[in-house]
Amino acid sequence: MRSRFNRGTVTFLLGCLVVFAVFQYLFSAGILNAFWYTLIRIGAVMAIVSIGLNLIYGFNGQFSLGQWGFYAIGAYTAADVTYRWTQLHNTSGLMVILLGVAFSGAAILLLGKYLNRVRGLDAMSAFAIYLLFVVLAILVGVWIAGPLIPPTTAALSALPEAVSSQIVFFLAVILGGLVAAEVSFMFGLPVLTLGSDYFGIATLGFTIIIKVLLDNTDTMFGLTEMKGARGMVGIPKDTTWFWVCFFLFVVVVVTRNILHSSTGRAIVSVREDETAAKAMGIDVAQMKTLTFVIGSLFAGLAGGLYAHVNGFLHPSNFNFIRSFDPMIIIVFGGLGSITGTVFASFAWALVLEGFLRILLPAGFETWRFVVYPLLLLVMMLLRPKGLLGTYEIAFLRSVMPPRRKREAQADGGSPPAAVGEPMGKGG
Amino acid sequence: MQTTTTMTRRPLTGQWLVRGHWPGRVFLGLVLALIVWKLGTAILAGPIVFVQQLINGVQLGFVYALIALGYTMVYGIVRLINFAHGDVFMVGAFVSYFAIADFRLHEWPSRVFAGISSGASVAIGTVTVMMLSMVVCAVLAVVIERTAYKPLRDAPRISALITAIGVSFFLEYFGALDFVFTPSFITYERPFPVQTYYIQDGIHALQPGQTRPVGVITFSNILVIIVVVSLLLLLLLTLFVRRTKTGKAMRAVAFDKPTARLMGIDVSRTISVTFALGAALAGAGGMLYAIAFPSIVFWMGIIPGLKAFIAAVLGGIGSLPGAFFGALIMGQAETLAGAYISSPMRDAIAFTLLIIVLLYRPRGLFGEPEREKA
Repeated sequence: MRSRFNRGTVTFLLGCLVVFAVFQYLFSAGILNAFWYTLIRIGAVMAIVSIGLNLIYGFNGQFSLGQWGFYAIGAYTAADVTYRWTQLHNTSGLMVILLGVAFSGAAILLLGKYLNRVRGLDAMSAFAIYLLFVVLAILVGVWIAGPLIPPTTAALSALPEAVSSQIVFFLAVILGGLVAAEVSFMFGLPVLTLGSDYFGIATLGFTIIIKVLLDNTDTMFGLTEMKGARGMVGIPKDTTWFWVCFFLFVVVVVTRNILHSSTGRAIVSVREDETAAKAMGIDVAQMKTLTFVIGSLFAGLAGGLYAHVNGFLHPSNFNFIRSFDPMIIIVFGGLGSITGTVFASFAWALVLEGFLRILLPAGFETWRFVVYPLLLLVMMLLRPKGLLGTYEIAFLRSVMPPRRKREAQADGGSPPAAVGEPMGKGG
Repeated sequence: MQTTTTMTRRPLTGQWLVRGHWPGRVFLGLVLALIVWKLGTAILAGPIVFVQQLINGVQLGFVYALIALGYTMVYGIVRLINFAHGDVFMVGAFVSYFAIADFRLHEWPSRVFAGISSGASVAIGTVTVMMLSMVVCAVLAVVIERTAYKPLRDAPRISALITAIGVSFFLEYFGALDFVFTPSFITYERPFPVQTYYIQDGIHALQPGQTRPVGVITFSNILVIIVVVSLLLLLLLTLFVRRTKTGKAMRAVAFDKPTARLMGIDVSRTISVTFALGAALAGAGGMLYAIAFPSIVFWMGIIPGLKAFIAAVLGGIGSLPGAFFGALIMGQAETLAGAYISSPMRDAIAFTLLIIVLLYRPRGLFGEPEREKA
């Protein structure tokens, strides 16, 4: 316990508090106007998406262009939950998605326990079995959710409006993340068996498929509140600087803790050399799935936050062209650097939407996207390893050699936790 | 650890479940059966309409083939997904538009030679415009390759990919400026009039003023031109790659770059030639696409470029016949899915098909297995 609060940790926690407080003051005092407020929140949202992608690509080496699709799933899920609460005044969205996610998640975990022990199961068969049970579980969840809607609606309505809306918002964002995570698990099952470039192409296909589905939400799936290609309106603007900071903080700390655990070292070893990792006893397929699911979970959370920044969602926001944005950010910030990713996300939001709009003279607004790729090209030519390379602040830097191992040896007790031990069952 | 514990455990009940991979096959069988059923009923209900859809698919497929070849050649030689290729295609369409609408380049033979027949004039003029598009695109691609990609040849592949995306953005948004291609749709002026033919006891031309006959297969001269020009260009490309010294060098560089360099091949020059060839085909493709769908805009290259790339992957990236057949399959899949399954979902269906094919044949339909890297 003593060592848990070393200098790096304390500096990091204090730094986070100070940054949060200073910006909170600047916003509430009106020194930074609504324009910058939106931009900074967008920057934080991008940081969450990009950390997820950095985990997948930077730390695990899976070239994924599907991050934007999971972001879209999270955004629309969360938006649907809060929309139904604020506009239709019932918990239909919340309860259906909550129970659907809970039951399908339980189905995945239970089935995972069983199927992990079955040898010689090919990816497509596993996918088919999971799909069958997940669909059944979702149907059961939805069936149970029906009668639960009126009592939960009554219970939430009894609370003061400010409290209930915050609870629904918080749950909506979490559910957005969980739905994205489950979809990524199902999609990753067969697709993660593909090699690097082919995985990238398949995930790019996923992003495009999601965009096409979003274009047809109202006509083909009967979700009229999403309004298909016309764009979803009427989402409460609940994403405050506090929520954004809270989720960014949680995501950074969770990522850091995963990466500093033995699971994290296994994840990184898969990037370095799959064959060697396999030889060391690491379940490569499981590590890939785990990373992909966590990365997509972050994307889903970020999507949920994004939906409540402007209160407006449009399928064109989730165009596959935009799926390169987080990729650009993590390459800029440095692959495998959380610090770099966070800085690059804010820089990206501020430069692209903020400074370029302000600095370019009147009549040259359309030049914004001409200057942006030029900046990109110059950056790539000058610093192909990213702005910060693999630099990390002290809190995020991994302790080498692992403390757990050293302590265990000093105690002379149980043998050191081997890196190769398969960790993180299921996904 | 995990292995030994499960081995000693008694056999898992239900291990038979997974023997023979049947759950996956049943799932896939159901999906395929659904597609076959949909298409089968469609063919029985209206065979003429079905053939008509096939013909539309051919037209699209050949244009995709011209773009896909550029992707596949570039990927085969530098392992780079050249996202700017679709925008080179767009530039090709715009160059031909300006040549036709502003400079009347397609009419030059009748202006120079007084006695030339109008048909010959249009044919020679159209070919000239296409040549111009191809040359401009080839030069553009070489400039891009030299300035943006070449300095990054030894950098991590992701840097080159981000650069390719950057170049793509640059071409699009530079094109969107008011004094370049303008941000709005432009109606493309075809260099020749459209002539529709119909098949009813032989091929007849549809006379002006005649109503289009119902229940027969129709096609236009655009289809004929697209197929003939594409096949001709493909033939030329195949001959170039197979028979010339530069083509041999291209194959050698694609096979093994360091050894090719040791054999005295100018690798840089060969890569530039590859980019130029691919871009020239894309330029021709851009013009043909604009003739077939006469409305051009600065972002028109994104979706056909992506589809062509997917087609190249479907056929096996790095393989020329793979790109060609992949593109034809892609054209058919898109058209048939749009006509018979769900029109708004046709892109989603095409990409689902790609993902399924990749799962069962990761190297694509015609791709060679990955060579052992030294």
